[in-house]
Amino acid sequence: MSDAIDIRRVVKRYGTFTALHGVSLTIRDNEFFTLLGPSGCGKTTLLRMIAGFEDVTQGEILLFGQNIAGLEPDHRPVNTVFQNYALFPHMSVLDNVAFGLKMKGMAAGPRRARAGKMLEMVHLSAFADRLPAQLSGGQQQRVALARALAPEPRVLLLDEPLSALDLKLRQAMRVELKQLQEDTGITFIFVTHDQEEALTMSDRIAVMSAGHVQQIGSARDIYEAPVNRFVADFIGETNLLEVEVASVQAGMARVVLPGGQQVTCPSATDTLGRHALSIRPERLSLIAAEGDMTATVERVVYLGTDLQLLMRLDGGADMQVRIQNSARTDVPQIGARLGLRIEEGAARLLAD
Amino acid sequence: MKGVRHYPGFLAITVLCLVVLYAPLLVIMAYSFNGSTSITTWGGLSLHWYVDVFTGAEAARFGQAAWNSLTIAVIAATASTAIATAAAVAMIRGGTFRGKRATFALINMPLMVPEIVTAVATLIFFAMIGLTTGYLTILIAHVTFCIPFAYLPIAARLQGIEGHYEQAARDLYASRWQAFRLILLPLMAPGVVSGYLLAFIISLDDFIITNFVKGAGMETLPTAIFGSVKQGIKPNIMAISTLMLVVSILFVALSYLINRKGRRSP
Ligand SMILES: Nc1ncnc2c1ncn2[C@@H]1O[C@H](COP(=O)(O)OP(=O)(O)OP(=O)(O)O)[C@@H](O)[C@H]1O
Ligand SMILES: [Mg+2]
Repeated sequence: MSDAIDIRRVVKRYGTFTALHGVSLTIRDNEFFTLLGPSGCGKTTLLRMIAGFEDVTQGEILLFGQNIAGLEPDHRPVNTVFQNYALFPHMSVLDNVAFGLKMKGMAAGPRRARAGKMLEMVHLSAFADRLPAQLSGGQQQRVALARALAPEPRVLLLDEPLSALDLKLRQAMRVELKQLQEDTGITFIFVTHDQEEALTMSDRIAVMSAGHVQQIGSARDIYEAPVNRFVADFIGETNLLEVEVASVQAGMARVVLPGGQQVTCPSATDTLGRHALSIRPERLSLIAAEGDMTATVERVVYLGTDLQLLMRLDGGADMQVRIQNSARTDVPQIGARLGLRIEEGAARLLAD
Repeated sequence: MKGVRHYPGFLAITVLCLVVLYAPLLVIMAYSFNGSTSITTWGGLSLHWYVDVFTGAEAARFGQAAWNSLTIAVIAATASTAIATAAAVAMIRGGTFRGKRATFALINMPLMVPEIVTAVATLIFFAMIGLTTGYLTILIAHVTFCIPFAYLPIAARLQGIEGHYEQAARDLYASRWQAFRLILLPLMAPGVVSGYLLAFIISLDDFIITNFVKGAGMETLPTAIFGSVKQGIKPNIMAISTLMLVVSILFVALSYLINRKGRRSP
């Protein structure tokens, strides 16, 4: 597999403000790659630099091995689905979809045929003659998708395309988008701040914060093996405990929990001293109040499929525990004292 | 909260303003249909003076003046709208550049400078560069002072169009020019039309500057009317004035309607 995009130590400054601090990442051909991070971390900025709307301050971007610096947006084989869709308000849906083909010089006949096909693909054939303003948000989103895919770009950039849709539609569109990506084989670079969206669709995810890439990996990698506090905290929910590292060797650490219990766990660091230990709430189980970690139940939150228990360790730290809400579960009482057991391999020592 | 009607003196001020503003216009319109040759006594309803405008002794003079006015207004409005459109795109889409504020001030200055000053200055300028006053000098002056009037509605419209439409076009392989012609220009069309109509009316209506730079023997409708009135007011002037008023109102209404339609479907 070749690389679709190679971003090398890219820096972006707006005046004195640095939006991206030397970002490096490689996106493979045919990959569904997601840029995930909180608002303002530089996702859109990076996407706009790939599309050609923003100059690169430092570093370089290669598109299929070619440096695209100085290439105008219309000379990049890359199309964008804009966050607000940016459908041309004065053109019919069909003309919107056909626009890129027209600019590429395709004759009117084949152009209309292909645009029609694209509309069929997004189930909007019946709306070809409408103006964008006469469509719902979800329909506009599909038109934007069809418009960007029609000229067969090698890379498709999607900037939070689902954020304006309601939950049900968003979930349906996730599946459709993923399917579309697999069918067309086009490289998708998808921007979102919604971690669930990122986890469900992506081949790989780059987690960003404040202009830095924090971690790149599959959904499983970043959920199971976060490298630092930011990633552990941003992806899913986690308990972060301050622990003393007794020894580290070959990626495994022996740490001392607040209660004095010692556990061995995978480690993202190889230095001794105080570090954060991440334990996912669903990887903790409740046992009778004995052993080294005992806690008091402070709140029980009913989540439907799960129960979330907010507990306070005897040492003073807060812990969240998630248990399945099966018919056999006895719901713990508020104020109950229970023991916590960390499942094998459930904890992970973080770098910072 | 009390409505505006309840402020003390509201009614009196309103009536006063309306009377001062519109009574003269109403009088002129009414007397343009006067059957008598007097401008003060009513002699019954008649279209006599309208017929006189087109066939009377002064018909040829006014005809030529109207033709001059019309062609100058069309050319001046076209040229100034083209310039104003280019200026608006540069100002609003050109990012930040050195001297942007100064440019903005320069574009809009003619609105602030007293017209008589512009008139004198323009005349002196033409004399200095040795340009004989006549049709061409009127035209040049009109193009110049129409630019800010055309600029205002065009810039206002462009300001309301977000930049991502052009970016989407560029992204879909349109060149800069194609993005402008196929996307931006249609979107800003209501502003452009509105600017054109405003420039047209302003040109058609101008008296002071025109009077200075027109040269001997050259007349536009306003200068011709003024020349005629100097020898005493005849009722045919009222008919001509009424006709001009109707044309102006039509244009302003058109401009307003186009702008409103444009705003409803951005
Ligand atoms: N044209 C600009 N001038 C100055 N600063 C900018 C500009 N565009 C973006 N920024 C800044 O760069 C940072 C990154 O912006 P960016 O739009 O890439 O964020 P984002 O990750 O896409 O956020 P969101 O999820 O809210 O869309 C922000 O702090 C923003 O304020
Ligand atoms: Mg963004």
